[in-house]
Amino acid sequence: MPRVVVDVMPKPEILDPQGKAVLGALPRLGFTGVTDVRQGKRFELEVHEVTDDVLAEVEKMAETFLANTVIENFTVRVEEK
Amino acid sequence: MRIGVVTFPGTLDDIDAARAVRIGGNEAVSLWHGDHDLKGVDAVILPGGFSYGDYLRCGAISRFSPVMTEVIEAAGKGLPVLGICNGFQILCESHLLPGALIRNDHRKFVCRDQRLRIENADTAWTSAFEQGQEIVVPLKNGEGQFIADEETLDRLEGEGRVVARYVEVNPNGSLRDIAGVTNQAGNVVGLMPHPEHAVEELTGSGTDGLGFFTSLVEKAFA
Repeated sequence: MPRVVVDVMPKPEILDPQGKAVLGALPRLGFTGVTDVRQGKRFELEVHEVTDDVLAEVEKMAETFLANTVIENFTVRVEEK
Repeated sequence: MRIGVVTFPGTLDDIDAARAVRIGGNEAVSLWHGDHDLKGVDAVILPGGFSYGDYLRCGAISRFSPVMTEVIEAAGKGLPVLGICNGFQILCESHLLPGALIRNDHRKFVCRDQRLRIENADTAWTSAFEQGQEIVVPLKNGEGQFIADEETLDRLEGEGRVVARYVEVNPNGSLRDIAGVTNQAGNVVGLMPHPEHAVEELTGSGTDGLGFFTSLVEKAFA
């Protein structure tokens, strides 16, 4: 069954406290060289088939529900298996 | 007046809110998230808590519950709606109020008696206060940082839609110290601190929160 992936990320101008917490933990664990971390969400949607209609539906889903477009951006893509 | 208090799965402060409603001289009516029914109430309170476990985003799932369909429609027609804490988050997710609430800037849960300044005493829920009056009520949140883009913030300030502002300490990084906002009509108010926990001398930080529960009656008989 094909899969559509929706990635949701906090907008660049929005403070991301979770990403900052991860960034702060990295050097404590001995990982160096990372200058910034942003944390987002990934949704994997299994669908019967990928059509323009299905993708439009997913787009609508992401816009109204999966992401809050006041604070987050999202991308929709089909994952090849 | 009959004021509905909505219970979602994960709601925490519905009992306290209903009690505050009664102490404020109103009748409290329990509303259930799964019902398409406001039971003919004169106003609605969305109380604090962790509705739907805060899954996805705080308030994101509650916003699509059957009762919220009714609340959103009725709010558009002028029904007074007060969202406290998680209720504020639900109102933002519903787009009844602008902006959003994200994790506190310092990343820790905060629980304290918080001083606020009432910036707008003309809303359905704040008319019992004086403009500029300072009150102290409990505040408890992990995701209470109010944010919006600069244009929205300027508009809110310009239209007098900042209802309450944090004084002395900004406990969660909210932009421009905003603790509560209202919609254009002034019937929908969202507030991060908890006035329902400050309505009796016996518990809490005093009785400064009572005004949020007496305003409707005062307005009705004014």
